[in-house]
Amino acid sequence: MKLRELLFPLLAVVCAFAVGAIVVLIVGDSPLQVYSLLLGSALSWPDGIGYTLFFATPLIFTGLAVAVALRGGLLNIGAEGQLYVAAFATAWVGIKFAGLPSFLLVPLCCLAAVLAGAAWAAIPGVLKARFGSHEVINTIMLNFVAVALVGYLTQYEYRVAGDPIMESAPIGETAHIARLGRFIPGLPERIPLNVAFLLALVALWLVYVLLWKTKWGYEIRATGQNPAAAEYGGISIRRQIVLTMAISGALAGMVGINEVLGYRYRYYDGFSDNYGFTGIAVALLGRNHPVGILLAALLFAVLQRGGVPVDAFTQLVSKDIVQILQALVILFVAAEAMFRPLQKWIGGRGKGEAGGKGKGENAMRQEVAVVGQQAGVGKI
Amino acid sequence: MKLELRNVTKRFGAVLANDHLNITIDSGTIHAIVGENGAGKSTAMRIAYGFYTADSGEILVNDEVREIRAPRDAIALGIGMVHQHFMLVRPMTVTENIVLGAEPGSAVALDLRNAAAAIRALSEDFRLTVDPDATIETLSVGQQQRVEVLKALYRRAELLILDEPTAVLTPQEVEEFFSILRRMRSQGKTVVIITHKLSEVLAISDRVTVMRDGRVVGNLKTSETNAAELARLMVGREVLLRVAKSPATPGPDVLTVRNLSVQRVHGVSFDVRAGEIVGIAGVEGNGQTELIEALAGLLPESQVTGTITFSGRDLRTLDARRRREIGIAHVPEDRHRRGLVLEFSLSENSILGVHYRPPAASGVGAMLLDQKAIDRRADLVIREFDVRPPNPALPARALSGGNQQKLIIGREFELPPILLLISQPTRGVDIGAIEFIHRKIIAMRDARCAVLLVSAELEEVTALADRLLVLHNGRIAGEVDPSFATAEEIGLLMTGGRH
Amino acid sequence: MRDIFTISLVFSTIRLATPLVWAAIGGLYSERAGVVNIALEGLMLAGAFTAAAVTFYAHSPWIGVAAASIAGALVAFLLAIVCIRFKANEVVAGTGINILFLGLPGVLSGALFLSSGSTPQVPQEELLPTLAQLVPVAPHWRVFTNVSAISVLALLVVGFTWYVLYRTPFGLRLRSVGENPEAADAAGIRVQRIRFLGVILSGVLAGIGGAYLSIGQSSLFTRNMTAGRGFIALAALIFGKWRPVQTMLACLLFGFADAVTIQMQGVVKLPSGEDVPIQFIQMIPYLVTIIVLAGFIGQSRAPGALGVPYDKEA
Repeated sequence: MKLRELLFPLLAVVCAFAVGAIVVLIVGDSPLQVYSLLLGSALSWPDGIGYTLFFATPLIFTGLAVAVALRGGLLNIGAEGQLYVAAFATAWVGIKFAGLPSFLLVPLCCLAAVLAGAAWAAIPGVLKARFGSHEVINTIMLNFVAVALVGYLTQYEYRVAGDPIMESAPIGETAHIARLGRFIPGLPERIPLNVAFLLALVALWLVYVLLWKTKWGYEIRATGQNPAAAEYGGISIRRQIVLTMAISGALAGMVGINEVLGYRYRYYDGFSDNYGFTGIAVALLGRNHPVGILLAALLFAVLQRGGVPVDAFTQLVSKDIVQILQALVILFVAAEAMFRPLQKWIGGRGKGEAGGKGKGENAMRQEVAVVGQQAGVGKI
Repeated sequence: MKLELRNVTKRFGAVLANDHLNITIDSGTIHAIVGENGAGKSTAMRIAYGFYTADSGEILVNDEVREIRAPRDAIALGIGMVHQHFMLVRPMTVTENIVLGAEPGSAVALDLRNAAAAIRALSEDFRLTVDPDATIETLSVGQQQRVEVLKALYRRAELLILDEPTAVLTPQEVEEFFSILRRMRSQGKTVVIITHKLSEVLAISDRVTVMRDGRVVGNLKTSETNAAELARLMVGREVLLRVAKSPATPGPDVLTVRNLSVQRVHGVSFDVRAGEIVGIAGVEGNGQTELIEALAGLLPESQVTGTITFSGRDLRTLDARRRREIGIAHVPEDRHRRGLVLEFSLSENSILGVHYRPPAASGVGAMLLDQKAIDRRADLVIREFDVRPPNPALPARALSGGNQQKLIIGREFELPPILLLISQPTRGVDIGAIEFIHRKIIAMRDARCAVLLVSAELEEVTALADRLLVLHNGRIAGEVDPSFATAEEIGLLMTGGRH
Repeated sequence: MRDIFTISLVFSTIRLATPLVWAAIGGLYSERAGVVNIALEGLMLAGAFTAAAVTFYAHSPWIGVAAASIAGALVAFLLAIVCIRFKANEVVAGTGINILFLGLPGVLSGALFLSSGSTPQVPQEELLPTLAQLVPVAPHWRVFTNVSAISVLALLVVGFTWYVLYRTPFGLRLRSVGENPEAADAAGIRVQRIRFLGVILSGVLAGIGGAYLSIGQSSLFTRNMTAGRGFIALAALIFGKWRPVQTMLACLLFGFADAVTIQMQGVVKLPSGEDVPIQFIQMIPYLVTIIVLAGFIGQSRAPGALGVPYDKEA
């Protein structure tokens, strides 16, 4: 069944690219040139593939973060703020405890990343659970607050004196995690792809297990699909909201591990290239499922990698085209009802028609695969 | 106005809701359309009102073929409809609701004062008293229904379609309602009632059309038929209208409620003993929902006062999860809202409420779900409770209402419970499943379970209960012996008269 | 303290509240019809960019405003199709629109002006005029007319909206569609058409709000110049219980908070005598929004069918 479900996201991507091509045409460049730059540069070895996988790492984390939240009926737009706070926390621990040996310091830094992300996400979770205020607005507000807060801390407290760049002091040597170039022949260590990528793959598997094989995942999904029934089943909705947001934030926070421990070895202000927002597109395109998220993250990583040469080599189009493509993907995925006639034609049997006689009331209920689950998205 | 549906067919996906229907409604009559839930009667009338369009067939008004593509068209022809679930905008006034879509005044200035006067006149004409300036939120259910009828009359309806109009009325209100219908008939209006209540059909209608599985299976003069024949036509076989039940032999108190107050409930006290069914009758909206939810632990504790004791334990300190653990099962009144996660499979739904502990969850700290154990449980429920289609991987959404209800009941009955809270058990369920469910409830009682049964269907609750309490305005108006009490007695209590 | 609470604070408040009022009232039309509008941010950006770009070429701010309103209407139309026709999740689709307008202006301005995201500066005399510039008044009254014409228009729009909503058939129908679309449908009202109209109106008004940002308050468009105002406008709408006058007051409150923090810069000092770091001052509007939302949402009653796509055959 999973294979047939790939068809629809594929259609969404194709449509997004088609509209994107029109935009490029209007602007005056050649879609063919833009797209070949966008997609082609990802294929080279070692730079293309190496950088693509490196870019995919944070997208997997934020994609998982948004997906877990969506499964729980929540829309976490705050991954951007959560990953900044987490990255800073990681660097802070790496600086403060620089003397510790690797086997202590690295886990400690990772823990900092996860806890900081979870805490920053728990705030809007608590606000929603306690006051009912919508997480979309609160997470966005907290994004701005996070950026300001972390910017202040970097500028005034943790910068090396005399350094004009907005970055923190370097973390201790023992906090560094290895680049994959050390283990893979032919992959130079200058390419920032590091162990965090493997951590991302593990995270994909862990989220799968969490959602479908554990009771917590059951409770997250039940709350996301039907909070009233979940409550009837003895699940505390308030606790679920906070817990789900915390898990979501923890996943987003892992971006800090990739960035600080594996790449720059310090906190670098503004390092995120919209990872938080791209995560939304990744989660939606990946249908909130780890397999889909992996594929979607790779796709967007390819686009991000391709954005650099597009910026450099085309006259008029900038790498903003990548963000436009993301937005188009989101819109086409959200408008999935558009593809329904095509799906029926190809022979998919809708849920409402499987087996049963489905008398009256049920047959009249149109089956709508809910992207982003209406149940939890509440009223704004 | 004469209305005729000729060869009307309507499909929803794979389901044939109306199959070449031929229905003729004569002018100036009260015509009933009966059938089980899902028989297609609402669909047929919604087509006549323009809510749906038929796939094929014709509609004739006064012997002329007419195109009705939207409610606008039907209204223009003089057809009005009062739906089962009222189509009222709650924060707006009666006048605003009635004029909606036919607003007096100009496009830049709404004129509500004239409208209010016209409405007052109409309401006096038909004895449908209601205050035009009141907001819908402040009105009782009976008054809201009058607003709905006024809406149709304001638009000069000559034919009025009423979908399950008496579902929300006490027996006395039903009588008043019928006299309004007779008054309308005497003024030349045509009335169509969609209902499943055979006693009312026999009381008020001139003709009755019976539908089953989307087809018309009978068209009779009411005076020439009876309840048994109508039931047989509705179901297609002989139907037991009452389930056989041996007398109860109740044991010790299981549930003791004293002075319970929460939201609409005020100072309710009663006991339920092991091996008995205590029924709660009453028109919806009198506190039944809140009472059951409070007992199940689904209302905020801060709002609850009074005591609830379960086999000697104070229940109020326990949350919903704990209550289920100690043996209190709950079949909720709204199966789509509370009872099931429609997108989950039957398997996943079969463990809702017990998903966090063995056997559903196993391993260290009961973290992982034990899929084999879950499937075993699902198979048990599906088999014992005749859930169709018997495929545990299907999403609950794919099942009919009756089968969904059987799944829920099976899940709760298999706990097994010491106390069973069960609310509106056969709402929207077809007759075959109703029999099955009734038998299962009695079986639970015979197995020494204590059963608290809430139902708005008077026939159901009087048939099943050993003791019957009547709820009105959040208070217990009285207790009766269901085997002897008459509908009038019960109806009196339902409207607040004391026993 | 006296340095902060001056007459200029009043004008600052009005100036900062204006784009919020336009966006929030726009959102009101959409949400009272039952369609959640998260895309106010993107709609404002669309309007801001269009106004700046068009005014640069047309040399008239009013043409710029008109173009911004059309741009807003078109983008809102897209949102409406996705949400109403294709029954998309309104929050997700709105987020898509917001992301779209983080990037699209950059690409377009790259093409038009060969710049990296900002439009070229519009000369002073081609920006939106103040009331003083339009209406000659006696010198001692002049201080009161130092507000932008768009701000005055905003006030008129609020009054107009109140009248339309509560005193015209259209308003009655709009409200019914947002509360109970089934009831409206049963009464013969075209639910989808009214919802479309509500969303498009929100685009027009939010677009004008954005135009004010680029050619009223500033003189060019820069990337993501709304900086969250669209969401603050939404919070104001909720705070204002989806009612025109109360929403406007909520916008004034947020504008006031914004104005005070700007005045505080350089005036309020830390105990040590140093300036308060700018980042903390920047945070204040966002923190205020969070606090206001948390404190008052419980008392807010949303339109009954808000966020629920209307599907007749379901």
